[in-house]
Amino acid sequence: MFGNMTGKDWLLFIGFTIVVLTAPIWLTPLGAAYPALMQKFCIFAIFAIGFNILFGLTGYLSFGHAAFLGVGSYAGVWMFKLFSMNVVISTVFALICSGLFALVIGYISLRRSGIYFSILTLAFAQMMYNVAYSVLTPITNGETGLQLSLSDPRHLDRALGVSESIGLPRTSFFGIDISGGGMPGFYFCAVLLIICFFLSIRIFRSPFGMMLRAIKSNQMRMKYTGFNPKPYLLAAFVISGLYAGLAGALMVATDPLAGAERMQWTASGEVVLMTILGGVGTLVGPVIGATLIKYFENIFSAFNENALNVTFSFLPADIRELIVELASLFVGEGWFLTLGLVFMIVVIFLPGGIMEGVGRIKALFSRKKTQDDAAQGSVVAAE
Amino acid sequence: METNNNVVLHVADVNKSFGGLKALTDVDLSVREGTVHAIIGPNGAGKSTLLNVCIGRIPPDTGHVIFDGTTLDEITPHEINQLGVSRVFQTPEIFADLSLLENVMIPAFARRDGAFKFNPIRALAAEAEIREQAESHLEDVGLYAKRHTEAASLSRGDKRRLEMAMSLIQSPRLLLLDEPTAGMARHDTNTTIELLKTLKDRGMTKVIIEHDMHVVFSLADRISVLAQGRIIAEGTPDEVRNSPKVKEAYLGESQE
Repeated sequence: MFGNMTGKDWLLFIGFTIVVLTAPIWLTPLGAAYPALMQKFCIFAIFAIGFNILFGLTGYLSFGHAAFLGVGSYAGVWMFKLFSMNVVISTVFALICSGLFALVIGYISLRRSGIYFSILTLAFAQMMYNVAYSVLTPITNGETGLQLSLSDPRHLDRALGVSESIGLPRTSFFGIDISGGGMPGFYFCAVLLIICFFLSIRIFRSPFGMMLRAIKSNQMRMKYTGFNPKPYLLAAFVISGLYAGLAGALMVATDPLAGAERMQWTASGEVVLMTILGGVGTLVGPVIGATLIKYFENIFSAFNENALNVTFSFLPADIRELIVELASLFVGEGWFLTLGLVFMIVVIFLPGGIMEGVGRIKALFSRKKTQDDAAQGSVVAAE
Repeated sequence: METNNNVVLHVADVNKSFGGLKALTDVDLSVREGTVHAIIGPNGAGKSTLLNVCIGRIPPDTGHVIFDGTTLDEITPHEINQLGVSRVFQTPEIFADLSLLENVMIPAFARRDGAFKFNPIRALAAEAEIREQAESHLEDVGLYAKRHTEAASLSRGDKRRLEMAMSLIQSPRLLLLDEPTAGMARHDTNTTIELLKTLKDRGMTKVIIEHDMHVVFSLADRISVLAQGRIIAEGTPDEVRNSPKVKEAYLGESQE
């Protein structure tokens, strides 16, 4: 299973692993080295990697992937309530549930392609969001959100005599406390992110991955070549649904509270933005997109008018007021305005996302280098 | 059916209309195993429609297409291909975003693994056998040197040759060729004829639609002439060449 990856891919994987595990170090100067935020980076990176397996490889744009995130979250919390605070049990059950949902929704939505597929997935996600708020309140606890309570049975924990702490129990990985803003929680998410990234490389480099790209390129040709595209698409859909379910499970593993709002269409849209911003169909692009969006969301939404006044305090009062007024449109609640603008700029100038930008810079340097080499060569020849 | 024991493809009384336009009228055609069967006719005679009916792209209004005992108009395109029927299209249908090598490897996988195989963890690089096969087929059509380039960058003639390699790697029992040399330079046309001739030795049955009489008469064992959706003549190249009906309907027209 571990053989047959090219040297370049291994380099990428090892580099990725190092970058992720050392995040607490290199994020310190950026002011983002606290575990709760780093957990968020990992969770959304997993979500985006999985989304990219569907969107990046097959070109099928799902607008309802947050639904699987929500399913994973609810399933996870229910395991905490019913059986055990061990995150392994909750995560496995979340994967099973989100996988089943993805199978059904994917099977139906994939009867259509293009915009109709997107609309179908969006319709399913919105339906689930509304149902979670209304009919399914006994399961989802409606607007309050599903949370732990002292009266939960936790049969397995009770049977095994896991010691009861005072107050609400905390999630754990075989005794290691995962919940809250602790470093163990970050490392738990980070290791799963690394595994997910590894699997994504394998999928990209497999015959299966090539078939998905071929479906994106020319689905009709696939049929006349003897392939049935449907099961390929469904498999990709379920895999990306599983990634989303895992992200949902990790959300509740680090903070055991599940609300329906994480199934809303804005959440589905966000993962589309992350993937496109980073680079659709690239391996690292979605990770970069997810991290950047979550990082800047954290910074921009924390700003308010007071903070702006402090920032621009060196300016004369009149100009300051004007600038603060203008800038406040883009921060706090207005963060989505900033995100929208950045997104438009990227899509117009770098349709391949940040990874295309990186590629262009690389090409610029290598061209320079070959030119230098050529120049040197001609000098040598002249001599 | 005793008389048909050697017939591999049987188009039985096919009719097809598009709106008010009758594209195919009572077309009955038998292609014998191991032969090259050419279908000629003036523009708009219904040649491409006939091929599209054969591969399940267009369902016939009445009648059937039977390949080796299986009625093709009742099954899906990928099932038709899995039976051993492959097609080269009039406008090249390739995977434009993929490399030439990948373009040719994909049909090889279809041949080996069937219509679906879930192998997301297996490395593509480990499929040495398929890759070598693809490389040798690219060499056959003279595209080996470009194997790592994106297929979109090819010229039209090269795209056709790539598509040919994509079909040939499947060693189909029946190969349907829709104007395989259209848009090719004379030299390329001759190489393509040579390539198709070597296939004849391998016993592959071919149905070929072609405008170029040079190609048709140098390749075909039998020729059917289609005009206004009807088969007006059928026979050996010499018989067809000398048929007054054909001269009137087709050859006369092309000499204008």
